[in-house]
Amino acid sequence: MGTIVCLLIFQAVSAQTDADAIMIPKNYFCSGIMYSYSSWKDYWEGTYKRNNLNLGTVSTRMYGIMGNYGISNKLNVLFSLPYITTKASAGTLKGMKGVQDLSLTVKYMPLEKEIGSGKLSVYGLGGISIPVTNYVVDFLPLAIGMQSKNAWIRGMIDYKVHSFFITASGIYTHRSNITIDRTSYYSTALHYTNEVKMPAMAGYNIRSGLRNKQWIAEVLVDNFTTLGGFDIRKNDMPFPGNKMIGTRAGINLKYTFTSIEGLEVTGGGNHIILGRNIGQGTTVNAGAFYIIDLTRKKKNKS
Amino acid sequence: MRKLLPYCSFIMFAVTISIFISCNKNTTERNYQFQALTPVKTDINAGTWKTVLLTSPTEFPLAAPVATNTPAYIAEINEIKGFQRNLTDKQKDIIRYWSAGAILRWNEILRELVARHNLAPYQDEAGVYPAPSSANPFAYPQFPFSNPPYASRSYAYVSAAQYDALVAAWNYKKLYNRAAPYKFDSTILALVPKSDLPSYPSEDAVVEGAAVEILKLLFPTEIAYVQQRADEHKLYRMMAGANVRSEIEAGEALGKQVAQKFAARARTDKAGAAIGTAAYWKQLETDAIAKGEDCWISLESPKRPPMLPLFCKVLPFLFDTLTVVAMRPPAPPSTKSVQFKNEVDEVLYYSKHNTRERTAIVHFWADGTGTYSPPGHWDAIASEEFVKENYSEVRWARNMALINMALMDAGIVCWDAKYFYFNPRPSQVNPDIKTVTGIPNFPSYTSGHSTFSAAAATVLTHILPNRGTKFFDMATEASMSRLYGAIHYRSDCEAGLASGSKVGEYAVKRARTDGAD
Repeated sequence: MGTIVCLLIFQAVSAQTDADAIMIPKNYFCSGIMYSYSSWKDYWEGTYKRNNLNLGTVSTRMYGIMGNYGISNKLNVLFSLPYITTKASAGTLKGMKGVQDLSLTVKYMPLEKEIGSGKLSVYGLGGISIPVTNYVVDFLPLAIGMQSKNAWIRGMIDYKVHSFFITASGIYTHRSNITIDRTSYYSTALHYTNEVKMPAMAGYNIRSGLRNKQWIAEVLVDNFTTLGGFDIRKNDMPFPGNKMIGTRAGINLKYTFTSIEGLEVTGGGNHIILGRNIGQGTTVNAGAFYIIDLTRKKKNKS
Repeated sequence: MRKLLPYCSFIMFAVTISIFISCNKNTTERNYQFQALTPVKTDINAGTWKTVLLTSPTEFPLAAPVATNTPAYIAEINEIKGFQRNLTDKQKDIIRYWSAGAILRWNEILRELVARHNLAPYQDEAGVYPAPSSANPFAYPQFPFSNPPYASRSYAYVSAAQYDALVAAWNYKKLYNRAAPYKFDSTILALVPKSDLPSYPSEDAVVEGAAVEILKLLFPTEIAYVQQRADEHKLYRMMAGANVRSEIEAGEALGKQVAQKFAARARTDKAGAAIGTAAYWKQLETDAIAKGEDCWISLESPKRPPMLPLFCKVLPFLFDTLTVVAMRPPAPPSTKSVQFKNEVDEVLYYSKHNTRERTAIVHFWADGTGTYSPPGHWDAIASEEFVKENYSEVRWARNMALINMALMDAGIVCWDAKYFYFNPRPSQVNPDIKTVTGIPNFPSYTSGHSTFSAAAATVLTHILPNRGTKFFDMATEASMSRLYGAIHYRSDCEAGLASGSKVGEYAVKRARTDGAD
C-alpha cells in the first residue's frame, strides 16, 4: 500500500532525466537537489479500495541529490540518491527514515533523424539501484524502500515538431530477492525462510507537451505492474512481495534561467488514478539543477 | 575524470548484467530441507505412557489385522507393488516431503491454517466489527479468527489428541506385532527408512485421522483442504511401501475415535464464550475504574472490543481453573505510582531509540497479523530442534503435546491476568510512544509473548537439557522484544516470564511421570 512511494521515489528523483528525451551535451555536468512530498489516505487492498483510520494519512518526504554527466552528446550517465522519511498521521505505528537506494543509469541515443517536419530520436537506457543502508523493509506501509537490488532497461522514442513533443517508453525492471528480519512469513502459503521473492516489474511512460530552450511543460501518464506477487488479504498488512499495480497522471514544468546561466528549476505533481495493493498517492515535487560545462571550465583555468 | 567515466559506465553495465543473471529467484525453505525421519528408538513400550484424556490405551478397541497369508492381505501387497511400478517425480516429491514425519508435517499444516486465519475482522459500514461464527463459518469474517489464544488452543488440541491416539496405537502395535510390507515381501521397496516398529495400525494414519477430526471443528472452512492433504499423506505411506491399506484404515479410524473425545471436550471447554458480551466489556472498565486505576482502552479506530476476555475461563489441560486464579501474578505497579511513570518513560526511550538491531528483534518475534502466532513460532522452534533428534512419532507427539498444552495453559493464565488487571498500553498513557510493531488489542499486563515463551522454553529445556540456556535466552529476547517495540512495560515482560515458567513447570512435572522420560 505505501509501497507506491518506494517504487516511485526513483522516478520522482529522476523525473527530469530517466524517462525524458533530453540529453546533455558532451562534458556537461548537471547536478541538483530534489524534494517531493507524497501522501495518501485511501489504498487498494487487492482491488478493494479503502482507508484505514489506524494509519490516517500516510506521508513520505524525499530529499534527493542527483547528477547527470555527458560522456558524449549521445551517451549520458546519471545517478541519484534519496533520503526518505515516512509518517502515519493516526494510530501508534512509528514512521521511518533513512538513506534509501543509489541509482545509476546509462542513457544512450543511437538514432536521431529528421522525419517530416519534426525530429525523431530513439533511446536505450539501462540502470541499477542498490540499497546503501540496511533499512527495514518488512514494515509497510512505513518502510522507506524495498531493499531489492534492481536492474532495468528502458526503450524510448521521442518525436518533436517545433516545440511540441511526445515521448513514449517501456521499462522492464528485474528485482533481486530480499531478506527480512523474520524467518517465516505467509504469502499464499507459509514459507520457512527469511528470503522473499520480488516479482519483476514492467511499465510504460507517455509524456507530451511543449519543449524549447527555456521551458518544458508536459503532461504524463505512466504505469508500473509487478509481474507476479499476491494481493493483500482483507485487513492484512501489506508485504514486499505483493502484487502492485499503479497508473499515474501528472504534470511537470521546467524552467531554464537565461539571467543565471546553467540554472534550472523544476516542479510537478501527479496522482495515482488506479492501483492495486498500493496507496492512492498524490505527489508534488520540486527541484533545482545547475549545469556546468566542464570543458570551458578547464579552458578557463588554463 | 573524463577518461574514467567510460570505464565506470562499463562497470555499471557489468553490474547490471550480473544483477539480472546472479539473482537466483528460488528461495530455500528450511522445512523442505528436513531429512526422512529415522527414529533411533522405536519406543515399543509407549503403549504404557500416560495419556491425556484416554482412560486406557484400549479405551477404543482395535480388531486384529487379517493374517498375512490371506488373499485380502496379498491383494494389499499387490496394490503397493502397483503404486511402486510407475512412481512419478511428483509422487517421489510427496514421499520425500511426508517422510520427514507425520507429527511434524501436521503441525506445519496447522501453523499454516493459523497464519491464514489470523486476521482481525474489518469493520462494517457502521464501524462495528462483525464476529466470526462457527455456525456460519464461510461468511465474512470467516471462522475462526485464529488470534494467539485461539491458536494456542488449536495447537494443544491437535497435539494432545495425536499423542493419546499414538499411545493407543503403540499398544496395538506391540500387541499385534505386524511386520511392515517391505519386511513381508522383499520385492517391495522401502522408500522410507526401514524400521522394526510393527506397522499395524499405521502411525501416520493415526496422526492424520486425529488431525483431520480436530481440524473439522477448529477450522471448518478448511475441511476440503485438510482432506486433500490427508489423502496425500495416506497415499504416501502405501507408495513408500510402509503400510498396506488396511493398516492405514485401522490407524485413521483409531485416530478419529480418540480425536472425537478431544473434540467433545473442546465443544464444552468454554472457548466458544471467550469473546464475552458488550455488557461484560463494559463491566471490565467499570471494575478497573472502581479500583482507582486507569483502565485499558482500545487504541484501534474504530474501537475494537477486547480480544477474548473470557479465554481465562477456558478449561486448561495441565491444571484446573482454580489453579489459574491461584497462579495469577501480583498486581502491576499502580497507574498512579512513580514506578509506573518510570516504566512509561522507559518505553518512551525505546520508542525514540529503536536501533536497527532492536527493530530486527522486534520483528523477528512480532508474530502478529497473518502469522502462525507466538505459540506457532515456538512450535516451529521446537520442530526444528526435534528433527535433529530422530524421535519416534509417539515421542514427537508426546513432546509437542507437552509444549502445546503448556502454551495453551500459559495463554489462559496470561489472559486471566490481562483482564483481571485491565492495564492500559504504554501508547494509551503517553501518545508520544510510537510503536515499532502493531499494538495488540488487549490489556498490557502481563505480556503474552513473555508468558508463552517462558512456558515453551521451560518444557523445551527439560526435553533437551543439552541445549543449555538456549531456549531461555530466546524466551528472554522474545520478552524484551515487546519492550523494544514500545508496546509493553518492563514489568509486563518480567511478570509474563515468571508466570510462563510456572505453567511450564506443570508440563515438566507431567513429563517426569508420563513414562517417556
